[in-house]
Amino acid sequence: MASLDDLKKRISSVKSTQKITKAMKMVAAAKLRRAQESAERGRPYSEKMNNIILNLSSGVSDKEYAPKLLSGTGDDKVHLCVVLTADRGLCGGFNSNIIKKAKSYFQKISDSGKTLKIITVGSKGYDQLKRLYQNKIIENISFKESKNANYFDADKVGKIIIEKFENNEFDVCTIFYNQFKNVITQIPQEQQIIPLKTEENENKSSEENYEFEPDEDEILGNLLPKNISTQIFKAMLENSASEQGSRMSAMDNATRNAGEMVDKLTIEYNRSRQAAITKELIEIISGAESL
Amino acid sequence: MSEGFNIDIVNPEKSFLSKENVSEVVVPAYEGEMGILKDHIPIISFLKPGIIKVISGSEEHNFYVEDGIVEFKDNNLSILTSSIFDIKDVNKKHVSDEIQEAEKELNKDDLNDQKRFLLNHKVEVLKSLSIN
Repeated sequence: MASLDDLKKRISSVKSTQKITKAMKMVAAAKLRRAQESAERGRPYSEKMNNIILNLSSGVSDKEYAPKLLSGTGDDKVHLCVVLTADRGLCGGFNSNIIKKAKSYFQKISDSGKTLKIITVGSKGYDQLKRLYQNKIIENISFKESKNANYFDADKVGKIIIEKFENNEFDVCTIFYNQFKNVITQIPQEQQIIPLKTEENENKSSEENYEFEPDEDEILGNLLPKNISTQIFKAMLENSASEQGSRMSAMDNATRNAGEMVDKLTIEYNRSRQAAITKELIEIISGAESL
Repeated sequence: MSEGFNIDIVNPEKSFLSKENVSEVVVPAYEGEMGILKDHIPIISFLKPGIIKVISGSEEHNFYVEDGIVEFKDNNLSILTSSIFDIKDVNKKHVSDEIQEAEKELNKDDLNDQKRFLLNHKVEVLKSLSIN
């Protein structure tokens, strides 16, 4: 059995860990609220963008002349995966969930003999993937300096992707991120952004006859790159809300576990103290009796 | 039935302005200024740098935008833009910074005509702002 002194030290160290996790939980909770708000505020933009593109793309009659970002290169050989993770750890399964999802997708790609390229956004994803996929990672982007997800950063990522697409470096682009459902549930998502998957919505899209100024192709050509940035921005917003939510519940668990540990250690401490006292008493009594 | 239509201006971070019963909106569309009144036919267009004028009754509200998309449908006008600010809130320094930035950009050699045109236009609009 550990000595009384050791137990005392352990109790105090667990207690100070508990203090840290508690503080982290509070911070995460405050940040979560902000992240959630901005995720919600950002939704109308991406929804509207989606709607417009849906309306536009249903208007494009000749798929062959449609912009490549919409219709794809016609090939399916090189896949680009953009994995969006956090820059910081200690947030439960947040990062590993995305990585797990991405890895199973990578496996599928390489099993079917296609080429895989990876862009990681956020340093945690890079750290976890570089061991297995070092030669596949073509870019690692991190926004450690920016406090909140902002559109400017998303636009940067979007521009990199589009540039690579225009240089014919890949055919299909998929992004991985966590969708924020609530504080305890975040769902890892894979979303294909190039070529754009439009959900065919027959009954809705057909009747609207828009007037376009300038023509459809030009609008689409201008809109699609923007849409990519928007999708990435949406993913980043969802991600940052998820990260904070995940961290909050992870830290909540840690705090609770630390509390349990303190309780257990305290009981052990009291028991061994009691045992020591009893032992001393027995020694005194048996000493007195022998006289 | 109300006299006007609804307008929504959203940027990626938040919904910037949402107003009902607007009588007229003038937007700097790609091929020239475009006034939109109630029951306009459905239209989608781009924006170039310029002033969005929102008129409801006797009130008039001005915003500066750099780029964006307008969509009008069923008396709902949506403007999606990543760069917008209210002219009332803007300070002179910000505008002159923007002008400088744009002019710096203009001096680069690898510009295509379209970009050059847009930048020139931007400078023009911004300069007209700071005079007021």
